[in-house]
Amino acid sequence: MEQKLLQINNISVVYSDVIQVLKGVSLSVEKGQIVSLLGSNGAGKTTTLKAISGLLKPENGMVTEGAIVYKGLPMHNKSPEEITRHGIIQVLEGRQPFKYLSIEENLRVGTATRAGKPYQEDLDKVYKYFPQLSNMRKKLAGYCSGGELQMLVIGRGLMAHPELLMLDEPSLGLAPILVREIFDIIRRINEDEGTTIILVEQNAKMALKIATYGYVMENGKIVMEGPAEEVRENPDIKEFYLGMSVSGDAKSYDEVKSYRRRKRWL
Amino acid sequence: MDFFMQLLIGGLSVGFVYGLSAMGFVMIFKSSSVLNFAHGELLALGGYFFLIFITIVKLPVILAFIFTLLACFITGILIERVFLRSLIGEKLIFVIMLTVGLAAMFKGLLLLIFGGNLYTYPDFLPAAMGIQLGVVQVPPVYVATFGIGIFFLVLFGLFFKFSSQGIYMRSVADNQRASLSLGVNVRRVFALSWAIAALVAGMSGVVLGIINGVNVHDLSALGLKVFPVIILGGLDSIGGAIVGGLIIGILETFTGGYISPSLRDVIPYIILVFILLVKPYGLFGLKEIERV
Repeated sequence: MEQKLLQINNISVVYSDVIQVLKGVSLSVEKGQIVSLLGSNGAGKTTTLKAISGLLKPENGMVTEGAIVYKGLPMHNKSPEEITRHGIIQVLEGRQPFKYLSIEENLRVGTATRAGKPYQEDLDKVYKYFPQLSNMRKKLAGYCSGGELQMLVIGRGLMAHPELLMLDEPSLGLAPILVREIFDIIRRINEDEGTTIILVEQNAKMALKIATYGYVMENGKIVMEGPAEEVRENPDIKEFYLGMSVSGDAKSYDEVKSYRRRKRWL
Repeated sequence: MDFFMQLLIGGLSVGFVYGLSAMGFVMIFKSSSVLNFAHGELLALGGYFFLIFITIVKLPVILAFIFTLLACFITGILIERVFLRSLIGEKLIFVIMLTVGLAAMFKGLLLLIFGGNLYTYPDFLPAAMGIQLGVVQVPPVYVATFGIGIFFLVLFGLFFKFSSQGIYMRSVADNQRASLSLGVNVRRVFALSWAIAALVAGMSGVVLGIINGVNVHDLSALGLKVFPVIILGGLDSIGGAIVGGLIIGILETFTGGYISPSLRDVIPYIILVFILLVKPYGLFGLKEIERV
């Protein structure tokens, strides 16, 4: 039995004291796993990540019920400075580079959790994972392409020595070949560094390919969970997230009718 | 020609002081988007700290200057701790209004303690520090101004370019959410930017005090000069603040020397309006990098 790294028990999240976004979400992550969190827009995936990383607070959100326990320590409603120092790093959705800083300076911001310590080795490590970045250390991030930026923000997260790395839609708006490359690197980071990863994705197919365990969210609740292969084979998932008919063939566009099949978990 | 050179050098030095003081203003604006209306009062505080250290405590000049900088630095941190920290997350306009209140408070305190009199520092700069440029005699004050100013400019330039803390500060100015997600201590960055701003403002206060004497009203009014300077240079550019300061300084002295001393406070604003017609973001204002 592996040790549970992160345990979320039945949390509810409320924004601005009135808007309830999460309604009793529970999930657990074991050390060394890649857990993927799937769901459509507005399901509460990003909010779940922000509840873990503490970024809810600056947005006026709060965990009102339940508990987030990381390595046996309560983490809910702590400040992001404190949480990141425990090794939980969230890579934000939509690639948020520091536009007016160069690539290397962007990466150096990742050392904030251990300011003053040497970082040259970490830079080399990031350049090893993302060789493209090493050719343009002095380039302003604002002028980089989407793929380069995605690599940059993952690399920036790596600079912080994360034990739990939470990636929010790393495939967003990228060409399929780049998506494959990024996912490949995510898997390598997980294998080589032993970093536990929570992967929030719309691209369910890619996410379930590299994940060991999957959760599906809808309307602020977890509606399904299981080992990745099981989730992948679930007929509902196939129908609604993977775009296949029950028989397993790729579905033709004519057949796509949202009312053909009811989501059984609703 | 002598007259011209004299005005030019005078203008450059005064402008340099404006630029330095504007630099402090830009620092706060860049890191937290707050317009600091108490800037003139920070200037005055610097002037009075130096006055206290040199005439009452009777420290040697160098020590008095260092203590003044320290006192300003600490004042900056205290302002952030005591007044601004509780406003984090509130609307920006509240914070800006708070700086208006701070201005009134500091001005009132200084008036209460020192009254509205004009104080002068004892003459401590050695005459030998003056430089003879052709026929023009550059007074020691101006030489000192350039020396100190360039020293701090290089110091801060290196700090922001190379040190980790400087990079964290720039990252907060750039994208606050992302720097939070990486664990940058945003409150410390704010405190530090207020401290540095108060320090450079205090430094300019001392220099202006040497040139014009120390008076609450004069110094806090000079603080308002940062507005044309930074608007000209671009609200968020430190280099722009220096260039803007130099331009305003030169315009002022030339107007004062060639046209009429009574117009020296007016002409710069008129020219400012014309420059803004052509370059609405100021000369060095940041153009948003827009990804399409």
